Amino acid sequence: MTSTPTWRVTRAMLLVLYGLFFIVPLYAMLDFSTRSTGGGRTGDAWADLVRDPTLSSAIITSLLLALFTVLGMLLLLLPTMIWVRMRVPGATRLIEFLCLLPLTIPALVIVVGMRNVYTWVNYLVSDSVYTLTFVYVVLVLPYAYRAIDAALGSIDVVTLAEAARSLGAGWLTVIARIIVPNVWSGVLAAAFISIALVMGEFTIASLTNYENLQVVINFLGKSAARTSVAASLAVLVFVFVLLMALSYVGRGRRGAERS
Amino acid sequence: MSSQQAPGVEVVLDGLVRRYGEVRALDGLDLTIKSGEMVALLGPSGCGKTTALRILAGLERADDGNVRVGGKDITDVPANKRDMGMVFQAYSLFPHMTVLENVAFGLKLRGVSQRDRQARGAEVLELVGLGEQRDRYAHQLSGGQQQRVALARALAIEPTVLLLDEPLSALDAKVRTQLRDEIRRVQLEVGRTTVFVTHDQEEALAIADRVGVMSNGRLEQIATPEELYNQPRTRFVAEFVGLTNKLDAQVDGAVATILDSKVPVLDGSIATGAGTALVRPEFLSVGRGDGANAALVSRFFLGPVSRVTCDLDSGVTVTAQLSSSEATELSPGDRVKVTVSPTPVLVVSTD
Repeated sequence: MTSTPTWRVTRAMLLVLYGLFFIVPLYAMLDFSTRSTGGGRTGDAWADLVRDPTLSSAIITSLLLALFTVLGMLLLLLPTMIWVRMRVPGATRLIEFLCLLPLTIPALVIVVGMRNVYTWVNYLVSDSVYTLTFVYVVLVLPYAYRAIDAALGSIDVVTLAEAARSLGAGWLTVIARIIVPNVWSGVLAAAFISIALVMGEFTIASLTNYENLQVVINFLGKSAARTSVAASLAVLVFVFVLLMALSYVGRGRRGAERS
Repeated sequence: MSSQQAPGVEVVLDGLVRRYGEVRALDGLDLTIKSGEMVALLGPSGCGKTTALRILAGLERADDGNVRVGGKDITDVPANKRDMGMVFQAYSLFPHMTVLENVAFGLKLRGVSQRDRQARGAEVLELVGLGEQRDRYAHQLSGGQQQRVALARALAIEPTVLLLDEPLSALDAKVRTQLRDEIRRVQLEVGRTTVFVTHDQEEALAIADRVGVMSNGRLEQIATPEELYNQPRTRFVAEFVGLTNKLDAQVDGAVATILDSKVPVLDGSIATGAGTALVRPEFLSVGRGDGANAALVSRFFLGPVSRVTCDLDSGVTVTAQLSSSEATELSPGDRVKVTVSPTPVLVVSTD
């Protein structure tokens, strides 16, 4: 890359510009959420994150939803994708198409379509907020598929699995001890992206009258604006950290392989 | 693993059939491998040799027929319960494990204690000459080293049968010969029944006790390397293994007349009438003298022997192998007399 002074200045300016673009709103949120009505600063809004029973339970709900979604997604996707690679490579396109579909369907349409299914889910399983896990697993499929597919593509799944089987490993052992450790970065990426997505999900929960974190934040926005902004900022920072960790994990892995 | 015990078992493939749609990858394959023997399955790609090995390993199912190992029918036993060690064509070491962990993996699955695993792992790594590399990872090893570790890993579980699926074809020529001889040494040392699949005839002839030549999902002939070379049973075997000349022949009973010489015929030849004799280059002699029937076209020096090509007056081009001292007396353009030495040949019907 050219490193003339003009270039360096341009680069620095762009960096500052983008930095401001991201930082200013976040700073504004922080500023607003710590402002006291009578002037001065207060941590009340932030304390509400744990004090307010509706909010704290919504945080826990969303975290648990994220956890269940990750588990559901991995249980569904990982064995399926390994199986397709090993036994029915011809179905790769179909699986990819199915996994990418949720990306192309607007949330509103999904909700309308879901209604009928959820009547039965609520009737047969439960009407708990955690039944949202089913939709969320579908919603995260496009991103999770991509991440796991890339990782699986970097190893010779078929040969490794056959080698392990000939040494006496059953299918579960093959997946848990041979495949997963070698696609771990992809699995982590899929998990982190899923968590980020679920923590930020509003549309579907709201339209199906479930209270997850974003729904409660929206609701609080009308009565306790500062608390709502504090919660938003907390979620944003949490997801930022998560995604930073993700890129770090990916880089660490590749670095280790090169050495 | 002591060499006193005879750890090899007999392997029988009985009428194996495997279809992929319309294609019959295996078309009634029968093969018996004696205990402790090393058999190479040789054939062009698509002849079914790898399919046969994979069915034996349990990685693929046969549509018909069965597999018996040590007298037990294992046709329906899954791959992970067969106790067979396999080395693959592609590099197959587990990337997240060290060499020693790779080798000990099969033992770990069998519940062998940490200490015994280490000891056994070190022992087989010594056997393949990689004792020093035990803490390395696959990506730190050369291709040849990786295949050695794969061999050690397969041997660590004391397999009933050792299966080698073109383990050398990803390696360069020099490493290939080295590792080939090493595989044979190790196999003789551990005495396991071994099946070695390859498309390289030199490899097969060099290390196997017997070589099975396959074509179109069937076994054409299985014999010792010498027998396979000197007494091929079918045209396919004669043409696939080694070089052959095709010469017109007239068969009458057990004797064929080729280039005016009387030559005994091999089993599997046509009984009578005109046919094509498949003659090895070393069974042709070329010299000056009366009754010249060919023109010498070219001469290649190969060290102790030389190869010469001659155009027979009948229009056929033949290759002969002579000692280099004989060959130096000839030069391209010479009129020469080509004769067939009285070694038994295969005569097949002319196509």
